[in-house]
Amino acid sequence: MRSALVFSFCLVAGAALAQDKLAPHLGKTVSASDMKRWDIDIQADGAFLPPGSGTAAQGAPLFAEKCAACHGDGGRGSDLYKRGLPSPPVLVDDKKFKPIDGGTTTIANFWPYAPPLFDYIRRAMPWNSPRTLSDNQVYALTAYILAEGKVIDPKLVLDARSLAQVKMPNREGFRPRFPDLMPH
Amino acid sequence: MKKHPTGSRLPADPHVEDQVAGNGLLHRRTLLTAGAAGIVGTGLGVGLTGAAAEPLTDQPWDLEVGDNTPAYQVPSKRTAYIVRTLSNPKFEPRSSIARTPHHLLEGSTTPNGLHFTINHTGIPDIDPARHRLLIHGLVKRPLVFTLDSLLRYPLTSRPAFMECGGNSAPFFSPTPIQANLQALHGLSSCAEWTGVKLSLLLDECGVDPKAKWFVAEGADAPHLMRSVPLMKGLDDAMIALYQNGEPLMPGNGFPMRLVLPGFEGNLNIKFLRRIKLVPGPAMSFWESQVYTEPMPKGPSYNFTFINEVKSFITRPSPGLNMKEPGVYEISGIAYSGRGKIAKVMVSADGGKSWGEAALQGPVMTKAFTRFRMPWRWSGGPAILQSRAWDDQGNFQPTRAAFVAERGQLDSEPAVTAFRNHHFNAVTSWGIASNGAVRHVYA
Repeated sequence: MRSALVFSFCLVAGAALAQDKLAPHLGKTVSASDMKRWDIDIQADGAFLPPGSGTAAQGAPLFAEKCAACHGDGGRGSDLYKRGLPSPPVLVDDKKFKPIDGGTTTIANFWPYAPPLFDYIRRAMPWNSPRTLSDNQVYALTAYILAEGKVIDPKLVLDARSLAQVKMPNREGFRPRFPDLMPH
Repeated sequence: MKKHPTGSRLPADPHVEDQVAGNGLLHRRTLLTAGAAGIVGTGLGVGLTGAAAEPLTDQPWDLEVGDNTPAYQVPSKRTAYIVRTLSNPKFEPRSSIARTPHHLLEGSTTPNGLHFTINHTGIPDIDPARHRLLIHGLVKRPLVFTLDSLLRYPLTSRPAFMECGGNSAPFFSPTPIQANLQALHGLSSCAEWTGVKLSLLLDECGVDPKAKWFVAEGADAPHLMRSVPLMKGLDDAMIALYQNGEPLMPGNGFPMRLVLPGFEGNLNIKFLRRIKLVPGPAMSFWESQVYTEPMPKGPSYNFTFINEVKSFITRPSPGLNMKEPGVYEISGIAYSGRGKIAKVMVSADGGKSWGEAALQGPVMTKAFTRFRMPWRWSGGPAILQSRAWDDQGNFQPTRAAFVAERGQLDSEPAVTAFRNHHFNAVTSWGIASNGAVRHVYA
């Protein structure tokens, strides 16, 4: 077992071996619990989603309190946006996606997967106080935005399992620009 | 504000010119040999101008003590107009974008203070002593590195251009937006980066064969994260610590950033603090909505990793108007995310005829290459274009060919809008008889 591991490791790292002899090997080991606060990425298929849950009803007051100042009521755009000025993104809009025009994309009409919405809220929002929301609050906000966009039933309890199962309307709407660069 | 002079004017000798393409384009050897022209007379002759200079006199600065020598020097106050343009000068709660003034620069390296940058939640004030880089996920040993520890590793230096996927977005307009080069192509810059090869650190962690991708994440407020094929990490990816010989600029990722030569700017994660080897992509916000290319029909493009071959003329360009007829040097920048620039062709008649430009060496892979072309402007209308080829056989499409595949918007967008991405077709500058330079489609 060990030799198999070492062998496959060498295959991947072969190109670096010459340099490796010169490497001082100064990386320090770290335990899973000590990296937990930073380990926040979610895979498109929902892998790594944390425990917890939330609903659109729980998300609505949170959104009004923490998000609406920039994104507008219901995520439909701030006053700046309505005046045609540069503004934070609109999250919910009934407009249809128009070919060529990236200006007409929304979460509901464009994103291929739902878990990245949880990922983005948790890592980046609110804009001026990121990483202050609990995982339950992030699930609730994710549920609220998806329900406002008519992607999910407003009563759906969103958790790791149900969020991974949300089928976004535009799931099949993409192709990789450089297929030869995509890992197999 | 001082006006910047137009393209450098060379003295003319009508007897030795060697026209290679329509409307006054001269052979590039005219430039290459110009240094020796005074001796052998094969290039553009020197000392043949007719006009007399004004009498040479004392100036205040050569009769008095100059300024004190500063500890860190900044450009002359006489060139204080050479600055980046800012999209969000009042720092409202949204992204801040600073564009490079290519029309006022030369060579193939962007000065650190003028390198373009986009920051989505401001520039973090990172204490380098407390910054950490974590590499984990599908590895045998998750490891943490400090800046000090990385400085003990073998360092490598290389130039690499950095280009936002949204650079040149105004060209999706159905009509040519009247703006200068900085507004049109200013989200592209080139620096020499020095750092540690990522492959070396991955080797130390021990890559699990199940890993196909890695996600890279910054230590800024949005914790900006992108997914990158692991193959790129094992190829020429670098953890950069220095930019043009000094520590990274704060807006360019201090104290460390990922550099993925040739890849879309946003993937080159700044303030890098975490790399996690994973089985699949995250499809993060940036790859689900922002850096995707809606097409005229059918599925949108995503995972547009590479910035493809591109060139544009920096002088003359809109705002740098021509003065009197005579010989000028056309100057521009070419680059390819796939390799080295092999050839740049220049046209002065809107693409009817082309002459090959001189490339300033050394030509480096995935880096800016300066090209130059001598041109005798007759004083009549002209349309200047450049078109680049790389050593992998890729070439820059004409605008018509690009639009046939990728489409264009049905009305003119704001010049600062990003309605689509990854435009790399030919750019055209129209010269009027009065010397005014405008953006045109040709």
